[in-house]
Amino acid sequence: MAAILSIRDLRKIYDGGFEALKGVTLDIDEGEILALLGPNGAGKTTLISMICGITNPSSGQVTVGGHDISADFRAARKLIGLVPQEVNLEPFEKVRNTVAFSRGLFGKPRNDALIEDLLKKLSLWDKRDNQIRELSGGMKRRVLIAKALSHEPRVLFLDEPTAGVDVELRRDMWNVVDELRATGVTIILTTHYIEEAEAIADRVGVINHGQLLLVEDKATLMRRMGQKQLEIQLDTPLDTLPESLIREGLEMGAEGSSLIYTYDTKGERTGITALLTDMQAAGLKLRDVQTKQSSLEDIFVGLVKGDAA
Amino acid sequence: MNWTAVYAIFRFEMNRFFRTFMQSFISPVISTSLYFVVFGAAIGSRIQEIEGVSYGAFIVPGLIMLSVITQAISNGSFGIYFPKFIGTIYELLSAPINFFEIVLGYVGAAALKALFIGVMILVTSTLFVDITIAHPVMMLVFLVLTCVSFSLLGFILGIWAKSFEQLQIVPLLVVTPLIFLGGSFYSISMLPPVWQTITLFNPVVYLISGFRWAFFGMADVPVGWSLLAIAVFTLGCLAVIGWIFKSGWRLRS
Repeated sequence: MAAILSIRDLRKIYDGGFEALKGVTLDIDEGEILALLGPNGAGKTTLISMICGITNPSSGQVTVGGHDISADFRAARKLIGLVPQEVNLEPFEKVRNTVAFSRGLFGKPRNDALIEDLLKKLSLWDKRDNQIRELSGGMKRRVLIAKALSHEPRVLFLDEPTAGVDVELRRDMWNVVDELRATGVTIILTTHYIEEAEAIADRVGVINHGQLLLVEDKATLMRRMGQKQLEIQLDTPLDTLPESLIREGLEMGAEGSSLIYTYDTKGERTGITALLTDMQAAGLKLRDVQTKQSSLEDIFVGLVKGDAA
Repeated sequence: MNWTAVYAIFRFEMNRFFRTFMQSFISPVISTSLYFVVFGAAIGSRIQEIEGVSYGAFIVPGLIMLSVITQAISNGSFGIYFPKFIGTIYELLSAPINFFEIVLGYVGAAALKALFIGVMILVTSTLFVDITIAHPVMMLVFLVLTCVSFSLLGFILGIWAKSFEQLQIVPLLVVTPLIFLGGSFYSISMLPPVWQTITLFNPVVYLISGFRWAFFGMADVPVGWSLLAIAVFTLGCLAVIGWIFKSGWRLRS
């Protein structure tokens, strides 16, 4: 698939000399969902702001659908929808009007049916004639999404869409993303909720201190970095680990009632068969066995820590 | 040109105007009536006429200018300051529009609102005094140019201001005194000679003089100077706005 968004060596140095983004290069395919993970201040919002035209890049090039964001900004920006992190809305405007305003701003002719459909999908139709100040926080976020989608963008940026949002709304938001995916919209979302990236992204990028540390297919990333743990509950607790069992990756669990064996899923041999054979030879009886996949969170924490070191 | 966007901004701004109809429309009319009562009745009973024009009629152009300039600045500045203040400016910056279109939308709406108010005051004043307009077309030219140029100035102030206090400070401390001292309510020829000279450094004098000329055919300064003054002022504001948008000053980091 062709890249709809192409970022080349994008840098941002603020007036004070702070380098918020240190040369990011990234291609995003049409229709994919990319999650950008990173702690606060990592450069996620700076990256998005530059692509959308809110902040001027210091150097580098970005094209959206083949259109350069500065030389051909009209064509590029028409393809982009942005849901900002902050809930910035005109408090006295009515829901329907503010969404129609956004569509007009992007040069699209009035289309009441489309806006009705959008508001219904986002459960805002009942509130269409309410002033924005009368809405709850979650509703306001939906209005931001409706505004961003009002001009039918091909690329949607969601800057921490679920920060400070309750669980129910977060699920709703994920459903919206799912529906958009079905229509072929490319989505780039930033988040520091790893479960969010894990739940909805196709690819995951990790960004910290203005650098893109890696971008990987989510499944590959988890496979590549992922380790698994085998936890064996013992029938009788152990005082010490029998010498025949001592090996790399094996630890005793709490009070000796279990053994925890960490292994690499990608390794040529996992060592599980050998461990179980040796346990049998040592006369240990098993009560229960379970395995755990390391989560994206473990991977992320590992990467960010490694970067800081 | 993204005319749809210009219209969207324009409509949005006009909506706010109608939402705050009482505040933005009725209040200038009421304050004008008060001026007539106070100036017309109190002072007008002592000053019968100025250069053959009754005092009540003489102050009409000045009154219109006073309101139009104040309203144009406040509309122009608030329109762009408010999105900056509440953060909705992100949408303008990320939309496929250029700065000329943004200015056209905001300043167009601000100037039209000011024009409305100017016309309202003119209509209100006919309830109090008889008015004849000697040069109607030139009157309209002066009125429209004043609305546009001071809306542009307001737009600049709105971008410059970092707080509501700053937003108010220039209109309050600079513009209002200049209007009051610019011959709104008197003819410059009534001043001592020294002050007549000093007054000529006040740009508003040229506006009010030209505008009054359009009404009564008499002026404190030649009408050509008035036209030149407002043209230079308009171009100056346009140049500053051009620079702001090129550099992204106080808009894009």
